[in-house]
Amino acid sequence: MSPIQFFLRHHQEILQATLEHIWLVGLTMIFAIAIGVPLGILVTRKPWLSKPILGGANIAETIPSLALFGFLLPVPWLGGRADRLAIAALTLYALLPIIRNTSAGIAGVDRAVREAARGMGMTDRQILFQVELPLSFSTMLAGIRIATVLTIGIATIAAAVGAGGLGEFIFRGLAMVNDQLILAGAIPAALLALAADFVLGALERRLRPER
Amino acid sequence: MAPRTPIESDRQPAIEFRHVHYTLSNRELLNDVSFSVARGETLVLLGRSGAGKTTALKMINRLLVPSSGEVLVEGKLTTEWDPIALRRKIGYVIQDIGLFPHYTVTQNISLIPRLEHWPPDRVRERVKEMLETVGLHGKTFEHRYPHQLSGGQRQRVGVARALAADPDILLMDEPFGALDPMTRGEMQNEFKALERHLGKTVVIVTHDVGEALVLGTRIGLMEAGKLARVYSPHDFVHAPDPMAAAYMAQLRVYDEAKGGK
Repeated sequence: MSPIQFFLRHHQEILQATLEHIWLVGLTMIFAIAIGVPLGILVTRKPWLSKPILGGANIAETIPSLALFGFLLPVPWLGGRADRLAIAALTLYALLPIIRNTSAGIAGVDRAVREAARGMGMTDRQILFQVELPLSFSTMLAGIRIATVLTIGIATIAAAVGAGGLGEFIFRGLAMVNDQLILAGAIPAALLALAADFVLGALERRLRPER
Repeated sequence: MAPRTPIESDRQPAIEFRHVHYTLSNRELLNDVSFSVARGETLVLLGRSGAGKTTALKMINRLLVPSSGEVLVEGKLTTEWDPIALRRKIGYVIQDIGLFPHYTVTQNISLIPRLEHWPPDRVRERVKEMLETVGLHGKTFEHRYPHQLSGGQRQRVGVARALAADPDILLMDEPFGALDPMTRGEMQNEFKALERHLGKTVVIVTHDVGEALVLGTRIGLMEAGKLARVYSPHDFVHAPDPMAAAYMAQLRVYDEAKGGK
């Protein structure tokens, strides 16, 4: 059976797994952005927090993904369900690029612009929301793009703890030594990553401030 | 304290420094600086880089606070002012201008009026008026972004933005320093006219003695964190002070090169 025939025959299952995958990645990104962007802002406001926060995110990044799933298993509420466990672990991975790019984007705002804003009597909050965040948006988005592509790849491992997604095919294919099964998971995952990269990249270019 | 009589409050200086010191990591950036600026006057702080001019300027809108001594704006210590309220009534122009790159010219100029919740009609009116004031007429500029403007145009927008909320005091840090000499000369002359017309209290920081003589009603010479003396432009030209003389000699070099007397 050719891979194409295989895809056609199993298209419903593949679609199902792809949707699961998108759901895992989507929820992960929502959490990672909701946590990462405020942390990135905090780092620029309290420089002494920069080391612990970025260091912590860095360490999470270095833990092998399978091991991280394992570590989270005994955590009470998380370990109880596979999808919670997977999303928690994936969120930890996605944090670093988001935190780093948020703080780098804000730090990259022209000093003169910030000084003018302060000298004109803008409050800290106004400077953040009306000047710094709009001007660092494209850098922030670049971090989100990196994190999304990364998460789409790592999310295939979530199948190891039973969270579903395209990893199901890959793990089954490995166990059964069936290349077509592996490809049925790997190809849609790669296409998803490319699509996310393209869409977010285009958005980033549109939002990049002119100089 | 006895209530002030109207005459006294009229005489009250717009800005006053009393024995101001400012120390940053063991370096004394300002050393016992005292001066006052009367309402409607233009004081130029003249000196070389690192003389403390900018440091002194930033104390007026409380971007910096003295290590010791006092800075008063309209008779009130800057530390007693709410910093946001203080800064909103003081226009601020810096050499790098710091226009907001994601805002159009109109949005840049109208920022403080909008933050102060002026009604939209009045904001629109004011932007028009300001563009007129700084010589950027008509619709062509309103919707452009800063990166679409020339250096001189950007600086004009910077001045318009600083004047938009009609502040009583205007602070300018090397306002025309980044411009080419031709544009700088034009801007100085225009600003001189504008100054007379607006009647604001202005403090300008510069290292350009020509600019000081053109724009200042008084000139304060700064050196190594100290303010030696404050001169009128006329007195400055003839001052026996060796520093003032050195600045004048520098000007004369240009005059001779021009073939003038």
